[in-house]
Amino acid sequence: MFASTERTLKAAKTERVVRRLLLGMTLLLILPVLLILGVLIAKGSPVISFEFLFSKPTNGMTAGGIFPALIGTVWLVVVALLASVPVGVAAAIYLSEYAPDNRLTRLINLAIINLAGVPSIVHALFGLGAFVIFFKFGTSILAASLTLAVMTLPVVIVSTRESLQAVPQAFREACWNMGATRWQTIRKVVLPNAVSGILTGIILEVSRTAGETAPIMFTGAAFFLPFLPEGVLDQTMAMSLHLFVVSTQVPNVPEALPYGVALVLVGMVLVMNAASVGLRTWLRGRRKW
Amino acid sequence: MTSADREPKLRLRDVGISYGDEVALEGVSFDVFDNEIFGIIGPAGSGKTSLLRALNRMNDFDSSMKVRGSIELDGHDVRTWRNVYSLRQRIGVVFPLPVGLPLSVYENVALSPRLRGIRKKSELDGIVERCLKRAALWDEVKDRLDTLGSLLSGGQQQRLTIARALSQEPEILLLDEFSIAVDPVTTMRIEDVLKSLKEEITIVLVTNLVQQARRLASRTAFILEGELVEVGATEDLFAGGCTDPRTRDYLEGRFG
Amino acid sequence: MNSASGKPIDHRSLSWWIDKAVEWTVFLGGFSAIVFIIGIFVFITKEGVGFMGGSFDVGEFFGSIRWNPTSDNRPTYGALALIVGTASVTGLAMIVAVPFSLGAAIYISEFATGRTRETLKVLVELLAAIPSVVWGFIGLTIMNPLIIETFNVPIGLNVLNSGIILGLMAAPIMTTLAEDALKAVPDSYREAAEAMGASRWQVTWRVAIPAGRHGLVAAILLGVGRGFGETMAVLMASGHAINLPTSPFDSVRALTATIAAELGETAVGSDHYQALFTLGILLFVVTFAINLAADVFVRRSDKR
Repeated sequence: MFASTERTLKAAKTERVVRRLLLGMTLLLILPVLLILGVLIAKGSPVISFEFLFSKPTNGMTAGGIFPALIGTVWLVVVALLASVPVGVAAAIYLSEYAPDNRLTRLINLAIINLAGVPSIVHALFGLGAFVIFFKFGTSILAASLTLAVMTLPVVIVSTRESLQAVPQAFREACWNMGATRWQTIRKVVLPNAVSGILTGIILEVSRTAGETAPIMFTGAAFFLPFLPEGVLDQTMAMSLHLFVVSTQVPNVPEALPYGVALVLVGMVLVMNAASVGLRTWLRGRRKW
Repeated sequence: MTSADREPKLRLRDVGISYGDEVALEGVSFDVFDNEIFGIIGPAGSGKTSLLRALNRMNDFDSSMKVRGSIELDGHDVRTWRNVYSLRQRIGVVFPLPVGLPLSVYENVALSPRLRGIRKKSELDGIVERCLKRAALWDEVKDRLDTLGSLLSGGQQQRLTIARALSQEPEILLLDEFSIAVDPVTTMRIEDVLKSLKEEITIVLVTNLVQQARRLASRTAFILEGELVEVGATEDLFAGGCTDPRTRDYLEGRFG
Repeated sequence: MNSASGKPIDHRSLSWWIDKAVEWTVFLGGFSAIVFIIGIFVFITKEGVGFMGGSFDVGEFFGSIRWNPTSDNRPTYGALALIVGTASVTGLAMIVAVPFSLGAAIYISEFATGRTRETLKVLVELLAAIPSVVWGFIGLTIMNPLIIETFNVPIGLNVLNSGIILGLMAAPIMTTLAEDALKAVPDSYREAAEAMGASRWQVTWRVAIPAGRHGLVAAILLGVGRGFGETMAVLMASGHAINLPTSPFDSVRALTATIAAELGETAVGSDHYQALFTLGILLFVVTFAINLAADVFVRRSDKR
């Protein structure tokens, strides 16, 4: 009897040690985010001002602002969304509501996982070969956005499918029993209850798209352009590429400038992520069943 | 006019249902006639629910479920019906698990009429009120028709499910153990509704409560472990006129 | 089939056709995933195939460290140094990331509860949100001087720098997937062990982790895939020397970074251009294989 108590005590002690160790590892993982944010804010905020956000780069990009890059990122994100959201939502609806349990469906799922795993530079090569050259869009917002769309398609599909699957099957069966078609069931019961989850996924997609550099480098984004883009066939500057340029390609840049660019970029991305998380938490509170 | 002279509303001949290698039902044949309440009794797991799912082709959604034999509604085989949605509209089903759709109570009951093209508010209002009254739910929800159906209590959701089935204005109503989620008083009220409904439609009542079958069904079938043991006039069966001893044992409560 | 009133009772209504049309439309959406993944392979092969049929020498490609496509007299395409560069950076990243990711996943999944758990998950997600170019920037401006000072070495853009950065980038994915793998282990397994008096840690170590091991392996594999394919961070933080590293403080060049750095200066269709596409084919094939392997492990974990 005493022996087992000894063992239990030892187990409890091991547990305490392990618990602290694991918590430490978790915190060490998260700490860098906070440190990075701290450094960026400390070194980058002196540069941030109204002019910085709304004027063009000057003096060989060693001074001035980032407006063309900001606008460019917006262009790229909007066009990429227009291309990827309809296709992604359709694919998710197919997988969640229509797809039979056969080999073709497994292949589609495999394709989605692989698409998500393709390196961003390979997406860039694909975009170059397909959109710029083969489809003759040239280096343009269109080519770059389509490349980004293909890259983020899995994100839209997976998050949309998850929000559709979250709707209980009992609801669908109740509708089918009444003679509703699958589309009628989706339209009246499933989709309205999944829209918020879909939005969460879209916000996430936006934040990923805004941060990508490699896929747009050879398909439509340029280091420096004197004019703002006027249509989808124009080239554009972009925030992510701009950070790369001012930190590696431009000589004599004042130290704070790249930090400012990084701060704005990270700020954009984190705000969107926070919005996505916030939306998710708010939704969880509004249970409808 | 005896039953033998009329065309059956529903005719099953040699119906068998299996899930993969497992046989749930074998060799089931019976007729159901217009304006009657037909009871199906038997212990849990005998295959009664599978039978109901085959009647309105819900087995289409389960690739492991195979249905053999012929199931005819008004003389036409259900399995070859081209527009399966119109088939399901004509058959109302109430399963034991109550389901309130995450729409308002009003919209729950207005869904089927809307899908059938009825748009006028006055018409929809009428259908909603009539169905909720028949399902013994109207009094409890009439002042809050915009409550979400999925947030009602279990018993209320079950009555809502019945109201939805009625809103289809079906020709035939299938009820599978509807009283499980409902209290005895409400069960009585719904049984009264069924008695008056049978003047207009046909009803198939699957129940574990043999006394309920006795109260409501004019003819009853006894299904045991996937086999149709016998079919007959309810009163005959209860008065000791069973052709099979298993039926008598079940009715007397020797197993359940 | 007609009812008594003569109206057809089994005709295909408008809603029947609409449902069919929707079915075909959404199928096209789903099928597009297959179209795109095949398309990627087709297009990068199309642009690179010329090189493979021409100046390509398998021995040199995989065996030589002389990558000099811009040389005037004899361009060479030895990719060995690039391959080893990628491998060394990814390897270091995994050494750094795997223990921490698994540790974090175990803590979040088995020990943390309620608010703490939610907060930790959100923070891990935020780690994943940081764009790769920002990570590269950090490697360039913060890690670089830090390494030079701490270890007293001449250059800070090397395997160590990009390895740590890559580790931090791959960690969130591995943590999330590992968490999912642990969550998929049924609670009944844990409850059975707890009923026998085991502590939380014993339950985790002896029940949850072994039961979820397939999913955990898949999580690590996908983390490796992520590291393999990362471009901007490696481009900016690993230096530009094309050689075989002998210590973590050596500069290297990865496959991805090479493509990104050199593609802009090539002429479409030239040997150099096609050689870069061939590097792309290599990357595609390797990450495809990693994903396939991960899928096999996930499948094994589902078969219970």
